[in-house]
Amino acid sequence: MAAFTNFILVCGGTACESSKSDKIYKNLMHECESQGVRDKVQVVKTGCFGFCEQGPIVKVLPEESFYVQVTPEDAKEIVSEHLVKGREVTRLLYDKAESKKRAQIDEMDFYQKQVRVVLRNCGVINPEDINEYLGRDGYVALEKALFEMKPDDIIEELKTAGLRGRGGAGFPTWMKWNFTKKVEDDQKYIVCNADEGDPGAYMDRSTLEGDPHSILEAMTIAGYTVGANFGYIYIRAEYPLAINRLKIAMNQAREYGLLGDNILDTGFNFDIEIRLGAGAFVCGEETALLRSIEGERGMPTPRPPFPATKGVFGQPTVINNVETWANIPIILMKGGEWFSKIGTEDSKGTKVFALTGKIRNSGLVEVPMGTTLREIVFDIGGGIPNGKEFKAVQTGGPSGGVITKDYLDTPIDYVHLQELGSIMGSGGMIVMDEDDCMVDVSKFYLGFTVDESCGKCAPCRVGGRTLYNILERITEGEGEMEDLDRIKSIAQATQKASLCGLGQTAPNPIISTITYFEDEYKAHIKDKRCPAGHCKKLITYHILPDKCIGCGLCARRCPTNAISGEIRQLHTIDQELCIKCGECYNVCKFDAVYVR
Amino acid sequence: MKTVNIKINGEPVEVEAGISILAAAKEMNINIPTLCYHSDLPAWAACGICVVKLENSPKMMRACATPVSEGMGIITHDPELHQIRKTVIELILSTHPNDCLMCGRNQNCELQSLAANYGIREQPYEVRLRDLPKDDSTPSIILNPEKCVNCGRCANVCQVLQDVWALEFVGRGENTRIAPAADAALADSPCIKCGQCSAHCPVGAIYEKDETGKLLEAIRDENKHVAVQIAPAVRVALGEAFGYEPGDISTGKIYAALRRLGVDAVFDTNFAADLTIMEEATEFVQRLTEGSGEIPQLTSCCPAWTDYMEKYFSDMIPNFSTAKSPMMMQGAVTKTYYAEKIKRSPEEIYSAAIMPCTAKKYEITRCEKMYSSGEQDVDVVLTTRELARLIRSAGIDFNTLSDEAADSPIGKYSGAGTIFGNTGGVMEAALRTAYNFVTGKELPELNIEAVRGMDGVRSGEVDIEGKKIRVAVAHGMANVGTVLREVQKAKAEGKEPPYHFIEVMACRGGCIAGGGQPYGTTDEVRAKRIAGLYKDDAAAEVRASHLNPEIQQIYKEFLGEPLSKKSHDLLHTKYTSRPLYQI
Repeated sequence: MAAFTNFILVCGGTACESSKSDKIYKNLMHECESQGVRDKVQVVKTGCFGFCEQGPIVKVLPEESFYVQVTPEDAKEIVSEHLVKGREVTRLLYDKAESKKRAQIDEMDFYQKQVRVVLRNCGVINPEDINEYLGRDGYVALEKALFEMKPDDIIEELKTAGLRGRGGAGFPTWMKWNFTKKVEDDQKYIVCNADEGDPGAYMDRSTLEGDPHSILEAMTIAGYTVGANFGYIYIRAEYPLAINRLKIAMNQAREYGLLGDNILDTGFNFDIEIRLGAGAFVCGEETALLRSIEGERGMPTPRPPFPATKGVFGQPTVINNVETWANIPIILMKGGEWFSKIGTEDSKGTKVFALTGKIRNSGLVEVPMGTTLREIVFDIGGGIPNGKEFKAVQTGGPSGGVITKDYLDTPIDYVHLQELGSIMGSGGMIVMDEDDCMVDVSKFYLGFTVDESCGKCAPCRVGGRTLYNILERITEGEGEMEDLDRIKSIAQATQKASLCGLGQTAPNPIISTITYFEDEYKAHIKDKRCPAGHCKKLITYHILPDKCIGCGLCARRCPTNAISGEIRQLHTIDQELCIKCGECYNVCKFDAVYVR
Repeated sequence: MKTVNIKINGEPVEVEAGISILAAAKEMNINIPTLCYHSDLPAWAACGICVVKLENSPKMMRACATPVSEGMGIITHDPELHQIRKTVIELILSTHPNDCLMCGRNQNCELQSLAANYGIREQPYEVRLRDLPKDDSTPSIILNPEKCVNCGRCANVCQVLQDVWALEFVGRGENTRIAPAADAALADSPCIKCGQCSAHCPVGAIYEKDETGKLLEAIRDENKHVAVQIAPAVRVALGEAFGYEPGDISTGKIYAALRRLGVDAVFDTNFAADLTIMEEATEFVQRLTEGSGEIPQLTSCCPAWTDYMEKYFSDMIPNFSTAKSPMMMQGAVTKTYYAEKIKRSPEEIYSAAIMPCTAKKYEITRCEKMYSSGEQDVDVVLTTRELARLIRSAGIDFNTLSDEAADSPIGKYSGAGTIFGNTGGVMEAALRTAYNFVTGKELPELNIEAVRGMDGVRSGEVDIEGKKIRVAVAHGMANVGTVLREVQKAKAEGKEPPYHFIEVMACRGGCIAGGGQPYGTTDEVRAKRIAGLYKDDAAAEVRASHLNPEIQQIYKEFLGEPLSKKSHDLLHTKYTSRPLYQI
């Protein structure tokens, strides 16, 4: 095999793929061929780099040149300049000004405070090649487990590590495994919950796309630990890339004797089957997920019995989320001690967040537990774009709550987030600025859970919709003060009397926004005013006489011809005709349009 | 019995390990309110009304679905729980039409009771009713999704108890509703019309098709001679509507009440049950001794079971007894033998049946054999619930009625006929007569304990002059598959059949717990109704069908002998394979 002098890593995550990274990859291959460097350069399609804001991303090694927002047409230049002539393509570099002295990716603000444990292989290896995973110590943990450790040793290691479930609730993983291990039964199952559903969250998808073998390895280790020889990966059908890479990984692992019968000649058998979810959010709830695997309608069932003792097909089942699984191999490899040194007292390790919303550097970030929100939002995320003011962050998706400016220095871990009325959740993190109306935000999240309620239990099914309709009335200026009492009674009943986590947490966004932004609710109800200037029914657009120069742009753009005025004269908006689309506000170059 | 020590509302108590908090509280005479829970079914845990608190825990647990464990401290009632439950009830009511006055469940509705108990006087929340069409496609039951509270009982009954899978949840969120798969009409679905859904519905969302008007119209028609039969199971349940205990026998009062309603002749399906035994036992003995048909023989008196077999196990058609159900036999002889006796033509006779069953409404037109008299042999079927309403509306003081007797010559019955109404009863009745047909002697011990009881599947052996007859009894449609698969397996492997004779009743406990019986059926109620029928049997003058003098008379005067040509024409039917879904 020829020794490669350069490696080009092309991000093959879903976000970059949708921005034509596949075409970039093909063009790079083609260019290397036609420019005669094919035997010197290896082009690799990797998993997600995390810095999705700047995608598609192409990284060239060994120079560590970090090219961003690359287009397929750039392939030619990258090859001719960088690989043939050895000159970085400055215009494509992330940090153009400092291109000469900055070489290390770790020094970029976005990556500097990150610690990549879960995402250790994402953006580094070709997920479709098992050899690359093996080259990064892949399956070493499995080998260690099978040859050097007894099941109890593994559980002890996880206990030392202090790993807690990353799916949201944070239950100690070793305990889950131990429950299942202790049940005497011939048939046990291992399940990977890859039914990621929170709006804006894609941590699990990226992990599966970028490092599928780590999940297979972890599940196999769990199978050995608890005495199971079959596992299911329940993944939503909307993740075709992840599914495909999992399939490739499973086939390769079987070929290498790392999955299937007689793994590594130890006589231990373990195999995995993929089950596709049809896109019901509630199927991320473990009991509903198990029913769905069984072919039943995905509806939660009461616990106890817990899946650990009575799970899929009524058999003892270990069910963990993707991110939890991704932690397992490295814990066994480096030891629980090592892992427990990352994070805080009761929350060990790292957490991957999908940082989105009003943030400069949106993307996937992995930080040690205990990192503050401020560090994530401002240091890693680069703060709020367009000079706007930070207002709040929503963690835990539709099951969580908002965290406001006053709490930016709260260390992020299971305990602290709960104290603030939010939850860790699976890792969605949506940043909001001054333009975001908190009543509308809670309406958005509630709308999601209301649509996704399975309809089984009354408080969630009926209570959720009633709450949503109250919020809708408030945002339309039809609210009344009694609505706040109604919200409280229904929210309490829904939290306490719903069967599953979906219903129990559905009122969290509304409770949390009322707690921190009660004034905003009251402004909507009493003053019929939306302080953020967001709720259409409560705002009007006006033109400032001293700023309008009468250019007529707003009038031309107005879709309903609501703006009139002679050229070079003050323009006015007919409120009867105005549909509050905001186009005039957006196009005015003189800040003459304002919202009231 | 393993026990645990728990505290309920501060009071220590020792209860059986593993029972639910709901059951434990009940033992202490503490009633926790429920809506979706039903003792026939595994806890579904949907409604959220039975929530309780555990000491030192902020979470609320569902009492129906949470097992007690050692040291558990449970709070069943306090102001917070009251508030939560009340809010949940209010929310449910906000999507439920409050037209109670015009609902079949008025004064007998579990949601209405909850609203009353929690003193709900106004609706604090937005009212959202669903404008959904009724499904009245079957002759038996009507599904009104507007009134459905999504408690899931009907779907669970249909799937868990009956293994029919006609009903399922469809849609999401507030659009979740109960319907057959792919929104098929019930008539085009696997529905077997057993009506267990209607018997378990806590509100008026699924109910029997009311046909009381048809009977009243016939009574009003002077040209019609109205003859009514009552099924075995009706006599031990109708009284519940008038304050009697389940199992109290009110046969004489029912005859009297029917006469007060203005019917011309009152007969008893028990007579035809004896007739069924004569035909079915003869058929069985012939299969057994002459090899005239497949073994095992399967009973055919339950129309829901027949429908199920035609849909799910049509390979069993050759095993089915061709004997019609007692109701259909009674209808056939009413419009022929009886008609001749009173010198009226079949079309002048209006034949009505009071049944514990909604499938019976379907049975009367299920195939052309149901018209053996030249007319429709049974013109209308009313359920026990419908008769109770009729009696009340007619101003009849049921409780003070004096017992009356049925009309002759097709009204007298044996003890064997009466136990047709409970699981195991048909088998026991058939064996009493089959024994006689084979040996010419009477069975020494008439009570056949092996086939009695409430286990879902029971089997045993009966010795008929040295020949061991293996019998099985299954009730609750979901239990039937196990027995039938045993038979199929033996057949496929070319082995001797595991049984000679199998009795099947679709409803748990048999007809006494049919889909048309008074509401509130539980295992406790079933046991009482069954005891009532066995008591009726024990007290009967004759306890075997072949000894019923009116049976002997009809064969002598009219039918000739069992399985005669006339019997075949009037008393036997045929079966056909049917698809699960009509598309």
